[in-house]
Amino acid sequence: LRLGHVRKILQITPPFCEAADSTVKFERVAGGTAMAGCAITELPPEGFSFELCKRNEALRKKGLNFPSAVKTGTTIAGIVFKDGILLGADTRATAGPIVADKNCAKIHYMAPNIYCCGAGTAADTEFTTLIISSRLELHRLTTGRKSRVATACRMLKQYLYRYEGHIGAYLVLGGVDVTGPHLYTVHAHGSTDKLPYVAMGSGSLAAMATFEDRFKPNMELAEAKQLVRDAIAAGIFNDLGSGSNIDLCVITADKTDYVRPYDEANIKGQRSGDYGYKRGTTAVLTTDVRRFEVASETTVASQASQESMET
Amino acid sequence: MQEYQPVSYQRWSPYSMNGGTILAIAGEDFSVVASDTRLSESYQIFTRDLPKTYQLSDKIVLASCGFHGDVLKVTSAVKERMKMYEYEHHRKMSCEAVAQYMSTMLYYRRFFPYYAYNIIAGLDKEGKGAVYSFDVVGSYERETFRAGGTAASMLQPLLDNQIGMKNQSNMEEMPLSKEKAISLVQDVFTSAAERDIYTGDGLKISIISAAGTEVKDIPLRRD
Repeated sequence: LRLGHVRKILQITPPFCEAADSTVKFERVAGGTAMAGCAITELPPEGFSFELCKRNEALRKKGLNFPSAVKTGTTIAGIVFKDGILLGADTRATAGPIVADKNCAKIHYMAPNIYCCGAGTAADTEFTTLIISSRLELHRLTTGRKSRVATACRMLKQYLYRYEGHIGAYLVLGGVDVTGPHLYTVHAHGSTDKLPYVAMGSGSLAAMATFEDRFKPNMELAEAKQLVRDAIAAGIFNDLGSGSNIDLCVITADKTDYVRPYDEANIKGQRSGDYGYKRGTTAVLTTDVRRFEVASETTVASQASQESMET
Repeated sequence: MQEYQPVSYQRWSPYSMNGGTILAIAGEDFSVVASDTRLSESYQIFTRDLPKTYQLSDKIVLASCGFHGDVLKVTSAVKERMKMYEYEHHRKMSCEAVAQYMSTMLYYRRFFPYYAYNIIAGLDKEGKGAVYSFDVVGSYERETFRAGGTAASMLQPLLDNQIGMKNQSNMEEMPLSKEKAISLVQDVFTSAAERDIYTGDGLKISIISAAGTEVKDIPLRRD
């Protein structure tokens, strides 16, 4: 629909919009129709709706195959180092045994000084962090202060606890606020741990093994980056649920560095053959050409409508 | 509100899935059979260097994947039987005969199957390339090409298009050259390793021709 030739703006006044305003003329485009009218829709009730659970259970009993949620089957990790927090994540999203996304972003923005890595059900980590990030921003506007990591942690755990673990979000939350650097893990049922080094996801054992071997308190930036990179790499190469690249996020008191990708540990293999198709490879079974009658109307602007409106 | 917990029982399973992908293509006077070299279970890798192709004789190769315990049993059982045949008949077992025997052996276990997907590749009595593919209970068929294993559903359609010339209306079916077959095998495995978590680490290609069996090893993605 092209509205390039509309001379008058359609005024929208609640609760109705006037349909087919007589002073407005549209130029008909081939195949298109003029849009007439709009309606204010009702907002759905807040929060998770459990209405469909009974129906789903009945369908499950009948033997219906449910589509499986895309799980991130992930390696995510975080450490506290001398100048702040370092978060790392791999970039593979799996749907069962298939790689659904070879380069997804698992380090989510919460606040300018707080970032959150997510493992578990991809949609749950995405939306949980979005929702809490919004609430944190409103909180910042209300309080007039920078967000604290403990606030984000509280909001996340209270949200996830309310859903009794049905929202499958397993998070590594880290940031630097006025009280210093803080690192938390948040589980889907709502429990949190505050630790100097953490790992979550299916590759967490590989990552944690690396940390237990080489972590020291108050490491320098270069050594800390190498450690987190190696921890995520351990997950990528030894865990089938993790793969592709390593993303890193460095949060310090004055700035945040989101490096994506930090390390392209796996490059796509080169194909030697050419698999292009010549024109005519796909068989055309039937061809049907129809011509449209185009009726056009032109509106000519009169001098009167050039005057400015007066209230 | 009633409880929606579905009733399920924890049960020990005699089988487990060890992943892997196999592929065989029959040419005019050669056969190509390939497998990846990764052995895994659930999200763990057991080893990166276990090819799933087994040399049954100098011109017959068996590719087998699925449950590794049954794969080992199937390959050793077939090798034993081939030895006995040679002692009895004073000649090597032909590719066709091995395939027939495999089918019978698998069907003996109709009610507790060998969980192994098998593909036999070799040369038939006339020296032409032969590929026989099996299901778990011994149904078999001679084909031009077949993919098996975890990424089979990704490889088979591409082979249908590139070798079988399916869905291409203007292409002539050309005889497949050895070089084209090998490059196709490399490319399809590279692509399978991108999207299947159980396929990767390495690729082993065996090329069977009148001169014998030649082997090629190519690295794949290790993540």
